[in-house]
Amino acid sequence: MHQDYSITHLKQLESEAIYILRETAAQFEKPVLLFSGGKDSIVMAHLAKKAFYPARLPFPLMHVDTGHNFPETMEYRDRFIAELGAELVVASVQDAIDAGKVKEETGPHASRNGLQTVALLDGLEEGKYDAALGGGRRDEEKARAKERFFSHRDAFGQWDPKNQRPELWNIFNGRKHHGEHFRVFPLSNWTEMDIWQYIKLEEIDLPSLYFSHERPCFVRNGVIMAVTDFIELLPNETAQVKNMRIRFRTIGDATCTGAALSDAADLDAIIGEVAAARQTERGTRADDKRSETAMEDRKKEGYF
Amino acid sequence: MTETNTAAGYLDMDLLRFTTAGSVDDGKSTLIGRLLYDSKAIFEDQLEAVEKSSKSRGDENVNLALLTDGLRSEREQGITIDVAYRYFATPKRKFIIADTPGHTQYTRNMVTGASTANLAILLVDARKGIIEQTCRHAFIANLLRIQHVVVCVNKMDLVDWDEGTYNAIVEDFKKFASRLDNIVEVTFIPASALLGDNIVDKSSNMPWYQGPTLLYHLETVYIGGDENHIDARFPVQWVIRPHSDKWHDFRGFAGRIAGGVFKPGDKVKVLPSGFESTIKGIHTMDGELKEAFAPMSVALTLDDEIDISRGDMLVKLNNPPQPKQDVEAMICWFSADKKLAGRGKYILRHTEKEVKALIHEVRYKVNINTLRKIEDDLVFSHNDIGRISIRTSAPLIADSYRRNRITGSFVLIDEQNNETVAAGMII
Ligand SMILES: Nc1nc2c(ncn2[C@@H]2O[C@H](COP(=O)(O)OP(=O)(O)O)[C@@H](O)[C@H]2O)c(=O)[nH]1
Ligand SMILES: [Mg+2]
Repeated sequence: MHQDYSITHLKQLESEAIYILRETAAQFEKPVLLFSGGKDSIVMAHLAKKAFYPARLPFPLMHVDTGHNFPETMEYRDRFIAELGAELVVASVQDAIDAGKVKEETGPHASRNGLQTVALLDGLEEGKYDAALGGGRRDEEKARAKERFFSHRDAFGQWDPKNQRPELWNIFNGRKHHGEHFRVFPLSNWTEMDIWQYIKLEEIDLPSLYFSHERPCFVRNGVIMAVTDFIELLPNETAQVKNMRIRFRTIGDATCTGAALSDAADLDAIIGEVAAARQTERGTRADDKRSETAMEDRKKEGYF
Repeated sequence: MTETNTAAGYLDMDLLRFTTAGSVDDGKSTLIGRLLYDSKAIFEDQLEAVEKSSKSRGDENVNLALLTDGLRSEREQGITIDVAYRYFATPKRKFIIADTPGHTQYTRNMVTGASTANLAILLVDARKGIIEQTCRHAFIANLLRIQHVVVCVNKMDLVDWDEGTYNAIVEDFKKFASRLDNIVEVTFIPASALLGDNIVDKSSNMPWYQGPTLLYHLETVYIGGDENHIDARFPVQWVIRPHSDKWHDFRGFAGRIAGGVFKPGDKVKVLPSGFESTIKGIHTMDGELKEAFAPMSVALTLDDEIDISRGDMLVKLNNPPQPKQDVEAMICWFSADKKLAGRGKYILRHTEKEVKALIHEVRYKVNINTLRKIEDDLVFSHNDIGRISIRTSAPLIADSYRRNRITGSFVLIDEQNNETVAAGMII
């Protein structure tokens, strides 16, 4: 028998992610898929569609909304979810602020990024969700490299990185006590390049923010930031605002997502850029620069 | 890296998963750092961050180990605590590395990393040669059925690149390895992870070595024979029922193929019920397939309406597994605070099924340093490996682990705290 029974690495990653998505639907009572409108969660939702085709997704999508969104993200979100025929749940940071649960940071460096954790945990508790599917990848950041596919969270939503359940073969242990929940990461083994190649292969539509466009920007701590209603400019920054040709490599809260100068207007150009990149995609995220283990510290508290 | 962006090349690459093993300070993290660095999978900001922390720690060279040791306590103690997964790609292949650390959790971590690996790199310090721990790692690789092993004799710079030293280590390992029956292929490579010799680039310090560099070997080793494409196994994970007008009568059995090849028209049997039917279609969102094999995720429809649910298995008629409630297995005990002894009760998770399991008998433990059986102390504690027999509350549709890693493996879960306390391989 000389037939070659092998599949490409992208197909292997796809199959693995579909397996994890089905396993999540089967093992938990009420899963939810965290949808930010960024490329990873878009790919995850696309894979979920594949996993349950021709049926609809057996779980809703949750958007943790900081209220600081680029309008393009919101337009995309509503269109994408309508096409998917899925249910959308919004966990709002603004609501958490209004309810006095969290205090908004003030000043020019104010960001709602940290407040997302509260809105997320509240949203999970309110909806009684026992598994939250996230688009995190292990190649993104060094603390994420230690994350499990099925990642246990205690009753306070906290992660204990030193005490994780071993994961072997394709056996995933989602057992938990009442009040605890899981974060599940179907894209754990994907790299940024895999994501882009897969988007191209599957012809997945993305928010326009990912492609090169012109908009007013300024530079803060070496990071290019878009001018939005949500960022207070320092006096010297106002003067240096100018139109730049940029694109975003990640899409998050508008106050902490940096842009990159780029002419990449289509997927091929982006793939070329990713291949030649000398900075990780999170290199443009101000939230990771707060300390060496900033991500681990935020994740322990319950961050994505 | 730059060549990998040509779409055709990238869409053509296959995947190799490997794990690294060695005792503390043999250079595992450095080796992985080197592979990532020389294959340009490391970004400028990551390197800068590592340079900065190396300096502040007073390290002389850039400490490539810091690339993989990401947790706060790992960086503080200068050790790797948890399995870390790393990724890199060359134009030929994409690689997933499980970096499995030493110290107290060692066996647990290596078993975990090895469970999905095609290949294991065993690191040996050229100054120390084959030590007890090398044998232990080779034993675990063999137990987990890793078919390809690379013995990387590292730190050759510290033995003046001496050929005699290397040859003696090779001979030593060969003597020992003849006992490891699952390992199909062993490759020896003399190297310096710190200086980069024979990792990505050929060493000019060891002209006497004619073999491949480590990366070349990783790129070219043939792994097509690793999966079982003979025994058809399809554990049912989820039943797809669209309840829509268009798909009114659709009942798809979703899962990932664990072995063999399935085609429309194939006669299949459902286990444990024993009902037989014929495959009507193999469905994916991209259309129906003419055939499907491991490790593809698909949905199967059948000609007949029979009751099938999660945890059942579809197999072909020629070589079905025998459902059984009495299982013999090798296990590795993971729990640090609870021990396993005879008559213990656990939850056993196998493929898509959970059953209760009673430890019927503990047969023996293995002293993994001498590979001798221990028959006088039968209490399993942290990191112990040995053989037990189990009685389950419902039949398992299982193969021996030697025939199939997916249908031959299970984990034991503690009913009280839900921790995964053991990994098992069915004999
Ligand atoms: N001279 C020399 N030192 C090495 C080599 N490989 C690793 N080291 C050093 O050995 C020490 C332990 O390496 P590390 O990668 O942390 O080992 P691990 O515990 O196996 O991960 C570090 O100081 C490395 O710089 C080598 O090939 N030659
Ligand atoms: Mg290490």
